[in-house]
Amino acid sequence: MNSIKNQEPTSETIRLEARFQNYVDGENKVEPKDWMPGAYRKTLIRQISQHAHSEVVGMLPEANWIGRAPSLRRKVALLAKVQDEAGHGLYLYSAAETLGVDRRELLEELLAGKAKYSSIFNYPTPSWADMGAIGWLVDGAAIANQVMLCRTSYGPYARAMVKICKEESFHQRQGYEIMLYLSKGTPAQKAMAQDALNRWWWPSLMMFGPNDAESPNSAQSMRWKIKRKSNDELRQEFIDKTVPQAEFLGLSIPDPELRWNEARGHYDFGPINWEEFKQVVAGNGPCNRERLEARRKADEEGRWVREAANAYAQKQAQRRAQTSEVA
Amino acid sequence: MEAHNDNWKIWEVFIRSKNGLSHKHVGSLHAPDAEMAIKNARDVYTRRSEGISIWVVPSESITSSAPDEKDELFAPADDKVYRHPTFYDIPDEVGHI
Ligand SMILES: [Fe+2]
Ligand SMILES: [Fe+2]
Repeated sequence: MNSIKNQEPTSETIRLEARFQNYVDGENKVEPKDWMPGAYRKTLIRQISQHAHSEVVGMLPEANWIGRAPSLRRKVALLAKVQDEAGHGLYLYSAAETLGVDRRELLEELLAGKAKYSSIFNYPTPSWADMGAIGWLVDGAAIANQVMLCRTSYGPYARAMVKICKEESFHQRQGYEIMLYLSKGTPAQKAMAQDALNRWWWPSLMMFGPNDAESPNSAQSMRWKIKRKSNDELRQEFIDKTVPQAEFLGLSIPDPELRWNEARGHYDFGPINWEEFKQVVAGNGPCNRERLEARRKADEEGRWVREAANAYAQKQAQRRAQTSEVA
Repeated sequence: MEAHNDNWKIWEVFIRSKNGLSHKHVGSLHAPDAEMAIKNARDVYTRRSEGISIWVVPSESITSSAPDEKDELFAPADDKVYRHPTFYDIPDEVGHI
């Protein structure tokens, strides 16, 4: 306990923190070796690792359909998308590591069920239309957040986001195209698309997180310019952009209170079921257990590959050593 | 945890997007050796033809200047405006010089 007391801010820390705030206020980027407040580092490690975990767990609901995609065109697209998400996870773990954490530690936390990831990936994907709805809505919501994060104050995170955003736009377009084909298809196909929209709409809105008033940490994140827009702002933007896209599909958004508000210049929408959100975050969503089990299984089954790679690297190093002795 | 065997080194990855341009830092990754690092970098950083050449360097081999010494290192260049072309007055009539 004493050690914690000893860490009470000294006048030197206060001076450094003020200088840091000033620096960030001037729209300057923070790089790994720069001085940063401990809480800034901690917030970033938590946020970036949760983001990385979300990319990795996010592969699972879609991987479910790769083997059953309805055409080769859809299959290569889905495969490429899921592979991108793995890449996004790697960019993000790599950004987190610049803050002095180890990727394996972060993964262990995920596998132990101690780390969070986006609650959206705890919903099931029972139909092919879910691939359309995920690309369109889930990637769409992720893009809104990630476009904002391209301007985040931490350099490596911002750079990872720029790369990710370039790749994301195909994700959303392929999803919307799936929805488009289904909604212009047979009545059964259209019903399938509508059903997917019904199930994914509200969880997608929850992706932006609690209302601003309920999200005390986000004010500090905004001050540090880690976040550049509030949860509610991003959510509203997403709704305003998505409603006309749903209209184009001829599908209806499952919210009886949704209507254009001329005075606000935005869509009004009905209340979000935050109790459901809390339950899913707490581990009680429809697929939380299944997702973690799948991750653990993948980690376990990949072990021999890691071991083989190690053995190969060692053997190669030995060979090189031998040949150089001979020479 | 030891059984996981992936206390692999971190490698910094540099990509040349086309001939005529320098290799540029794009990020890092874990790999047991340089050869695997190149293979991994191909998959992680060039899925959309972003490169034609890859360098990988163990992170631990990079020496960087200390951020606290930024001023001593770089400030001396700040007041040497005479190193820039705009410091010199050339009448417009002379044309481009
Ligand atoms: Fe992604
Ligand atoms: Fe995506």
